[in-house]
Amino acid sequence: MQSVEPACLTMAMFSFMKVTENKRWCHMKAWSFLLALSLLASSVQAQLAVRADTLYTMAGAPIENGVVLVRNGKIEQVGAAQTIRIPEGYRVLEASVVTPGLIDAHSVVGLAGILNYNHDQDQLDTSDPIQPELRAIDAYNAREKLVEWVRSFGVTTLHTGHGPGAVISGQTMLVKTRGETVEAALIDSVAAVAATLGPMVERYFRSPGTRAKAIAMLRAELLKAQAYRRKLQDADSARRPEPDLGMEMLVRVLDGQIPLLITAQQVPEIMAALRLQREFGFRLILDGAAEAYLVLDEIKQAGVPVILHPTMVRPRGETVNATLETAARLHEAGIPFAFQSGFESYVPKTRVVLFEAAMAVANGLPRMAALEALTIQAARLLGIDGRVGSLEPGKDADLVLFDGDPFEYTTHVCGVIIEGELVHETCR
Amino acid sequence: MRIRLTLLIVFIPLVLYGQEQPLVFRGAQLYPISRPPIERGVLVVQHGKIVAVGPEGSVSIPKEAIVYDMTGKVIMPGLIDTHSHIGRVEGGDRSASMHPAVRTLDAIDVRHSSVQRARSGGITTVNVMSGSGHLLSGQTVYLKLRKGNTIEELLYCRDPLTEICGGLKMANGTNPQGDPPFPGTRAKAAALVRQQFLKALAYRRKLEQAKGDPEKMPERDLDMEALLEVLDGRRIVHFHTHRHDDILTVLRLKREFGFRVVLHHVSEAWKVADEIAAAGVPCSIIILDAPGGKLEAAEIRMENGAALEKAGVDVAIHTDDLITDSRWFLRAAALAVRAGMSPEKALEALTLAGARMLDLADRIGSLDPGKDADFIVLSGNPLSGYTHVEQTWVEGQKVFDRSDPEDRKYAVGGTGVFDDGDVFVHEGH
Repeated sequence: MQSVEPACLTMAMFSFMKVTENKRWCHMKAWSFLLALSLLASSVQAQLAVRADTLYTMAGAPIENGVVLVRNGKIEQVGAAQTIRIPEGYRVLEASVVTPGLIDAHSVVGLAGILNYNHDQDQLDTSDPIQPELRAIDAYNAREKLVEWVRSFGVTTLHTGHGPGAVISGQTMLVKTRGETVEAALIDSVAAVAATLGPMVERYFRSPGTRAKAIAMLRAELLKAQAYRRKLQDADSARRPEPDLGMEMLVRVLDGQIPLLITAQQVPEIMAALRLQREFGFRLILDGAAEAYLVLDEIKQAGVPVILHPTMVRPRGETVNATLETAARLHEAGIPFAFQSGFESYVPKTRVVLFEAAMAVANGLPRMAALEALTIQAARLLGIDGRVGSLEPGKDADLVLFDGDPFEYTTHVCGVIIEGELVHETCR
Repeated sequence: MRIRLTLLIVFIPLVLYGQEQPLVFRGAQLYPISRPPIERGVLVVQHGKIVAVGPEGSVSIPKEAIVYDMTGKVIMPGLIDTHSHIGRVEGGDRSASMHPAVRTLDAIDVRHSSVQRARSGGITTVNVMSGSGHLLSGQTVYLKLRKGNTIEELLYCRDPLTEICGGLKMANGTNPQGDPPFPGTRAKAAALVRQQFLKALAYRRKLEQAKGDPEKMPERDLDMEALLEVLDGRRIVHFHTHRHDDILTVLRLKREFGFRVVLHHVSEAWKVADEIAAAGVPCSIIILDAPGGKLEAAEIRMENGAALEKAGVDVAIHTDDLITDSRWFLRAAALAVRAGMSPEKALEALTLAGARMLDLADRIGSLDPGKDADFIVLSGNPLSGYTHVEQTWVEGQKVFDRSDPEDRKYAVGGTGVFDDGDVFVHEGH
C-alpha cells in the first residue's frame, strides 16, 4: 500500500476546495489512495454473514438455522443463528443449504479449454512420454470459460494440470476458481506429478506400446532419480549433477514432498501402481480406478486414497467395466476418496463434480459421505485441509449457497463465495 | 405348408402383443402427460394397448385381471429418444457426402448391450440414426424397444420393403466439412443440398409425365425415391445443426423445398428462438454438462429448453447416446427444469413431443386409452435425482426390471456388462 502525507489525505476528503496549482500532485496521490482503499473494501475485505436453513460445516453435524461470519476473506465465526450476533455493516445472505466450497479433485480445466482445438488443449504434450518438468502454472488460462462454468456449480478449488495420457505428463497444481492470472488464482504451484498406466498411453506414443513397457520405463526413470539424488548429496560439489528439471521433480516425489498421481483404471494397472509404490515408497494417489471395486482389500491395505473417475464416465475403453456404485463401495471399505471432473477428448469439455456426486448418491453413497468427498475429504487428500474443505474459524471463506438439496438436479447454486468475495450471485 | 404359414402369421401378433389377460397397475401416481398427474391412479392394459387410465375408483377393474399394487410408485409413458446412436449403427461411407438410399436399419445390432442399456433408462422408442459427418448420412429408423433379437422385431413399420421406417438424417455446420466430395464451406454445403433436392424434383416430374406407363418410367433410383418421400412429406428430415446461422439455413431450405424437418441439438436455439417459432419447426435439443467441444457448440445453453418453450416451439430432448447416456435420460429433463423450463414441458419433451416429431403421436407418448402400452415404473418423482427406473414396459411386456440382477447390471454397470463386442440376447428367443 502506498504511503500518503496526512495533508494530502485531508485535502482529498475536502476535494470541493479549490485546487491550487502547487497542490495538484498531492491531490491526485491522495485520490488514488482512497480509490485503492475502496476497491479493497468492495472485494476482498467484504464482510458477510451467511445464514442457512441447513449449514453443512463438514466439521461436525449439520447446523439447522446456522450462520457463518466472514471477515477479511476468512471465516470468523460459525454456529447456530441464536448464538451469533451479526455485527453492523455485514452484508447478510440467506440460503436453504450452505456448504463449504466444492473441490474438484482432478481436472484439466484451464489447461484444456472449451473449444477443443489445438490452441486451447494444453493438458498433454506428446513429444516425450516422460516429462515431469512440465509445470501446470505455465499453461493455465485463468480466464478460461470452463473455470467460470464449474465455479457456477459450486467448485471453488480445482486440482488441475497435466492430464492423463503420458507415462509422466507433467505437474498438477491447486487453484481457486477466481483471479484473472494464474498467480492470483494459485493455492499451490505443484500439487502432484501426473502419471498414467494402461492402454491410453499407447494411443499417444509409439513407445511405450505395451503396458509392461510403460511400467519398465517408469521404474527406470525413478531409479534414475534415485541416482540423481545420491549424486546431489556428494561431498564433492564438482561431482554433483547438472540441474535437471525433471529429475528435481522426481526427487521431490521420492522424498515424499509431493505425491505421484497415477491414473490407473483397470485391475492390472491398479495393482502395478501399488507395486510401484511398494518399490519406491512414494506417496501414491490412485486416479480413475474404474475397477477399484474388484481390489478393494488391496487398495485398503496399501493405505492409498482414490480420486474416483467421474461417476457418469462412459463405459468404454479402459472404463468399460465402470459402475455407478464404486463410490459407495469405496466408502463402505473405508477408503478415502474424492470426486473429479476428469477429462473427455470430445464432450463434455468438463464434467461437474456436484452432478457426479449426485449420481453416486443415487447409487448407494450416503449423502454425508458424498458431501465429505466433495469438501473435507478432498482437501485432506490434496493436503490443503488446513485452508479449505470445511467451515471453521480461520479457514478460507469459500462457501456455496443452494436453494435446496444440493444433490437434486433441479436445485440451483445461488451464490458462490471465494475468500469472502461473492463471485457468483445468480441462480444456476 | 401354406396353411401352416398362415397360422404362423396369425400367431405373430399374439406373441408380439403379449398378454391376453388384462393387467392392472393401481395406486401409483400417474403422469399421463396429455393431462395433469393423477394422484392415485389405475392403468389397465390388454393386448399391448392401454385400455383405461384414471383415478382409483373411476376405472373399472376387469375381474380376470392380474393386479399390480404400485402404491408409492410413479408411472409415466415410456421415454422417446428422438436422436440416438445405439446398436452400433452405421450410415453412409466416405464415398459421398449424401447417402439418401442408405438405410440404418440394415446396420443395427439390436442385441448390442447399448439397446438394453436404453431400456434400463426407461426408453421405449428410439430414433436411431447415423452420424453428422455427412450432409446426409442416411435414413434413420424408428425402433420400438420390444424384446427381440432381430431388427424386424423392433421396427415400427410392418414391412421395410414397402413402408417408410424412419426419417432422414442431415447435418450442416462444421461436422460435414472436408475435402471433396465433402463441402469445404457452409455455402457450398447448402448448394450441394439444394442441387440434390432439385434433382429429386426433376425425377418426380419424370414420374408424373410417365403417368404410370412402364415404358416411360425412369429407372428406379433409391436415392431419389428417399428424397421424394421427404419432398412428399412422408419422411421427416432430422437435421443436425448448432450455430444460429446454420439453424436459419435449415429454415431457408425448408421454405424452398417444403419438407418436414426437426432441428436437432440446436445449440444456439436461444439466439433464434423466435425465428424457429415463426417457421413452425420443432426442436429436439441436447442438454450437456458443459458447453463446447468445438467452436459451433461453444455457446450451447442449458436454457435452450426454456427459451424455446417461451417462444412457443415444440421441444423434445434427446440423448445422442453415447454423447449422453441413455441410462440418465430423465436427468436431462431435470437439468432443463433447473435452467427454467416448466416441469410439464420438460416431461413432455421426453415423451409426447418426441412422438410428434416422429409422426407417432397417435400410438405413443402419453397414457391414453388406445395407445401402445409403453410405460415406465419409477421409484419417485421423475425429476428427482434419487429416482430410479424400476420397470420398463413395451406393449404390455416387461422389458426391464431393476429387481432382476440380470437386468439391474445394465443400469449400474460392472465387469463384462458393456463391451463393444458384447451382444445382448433376450432369454426365450
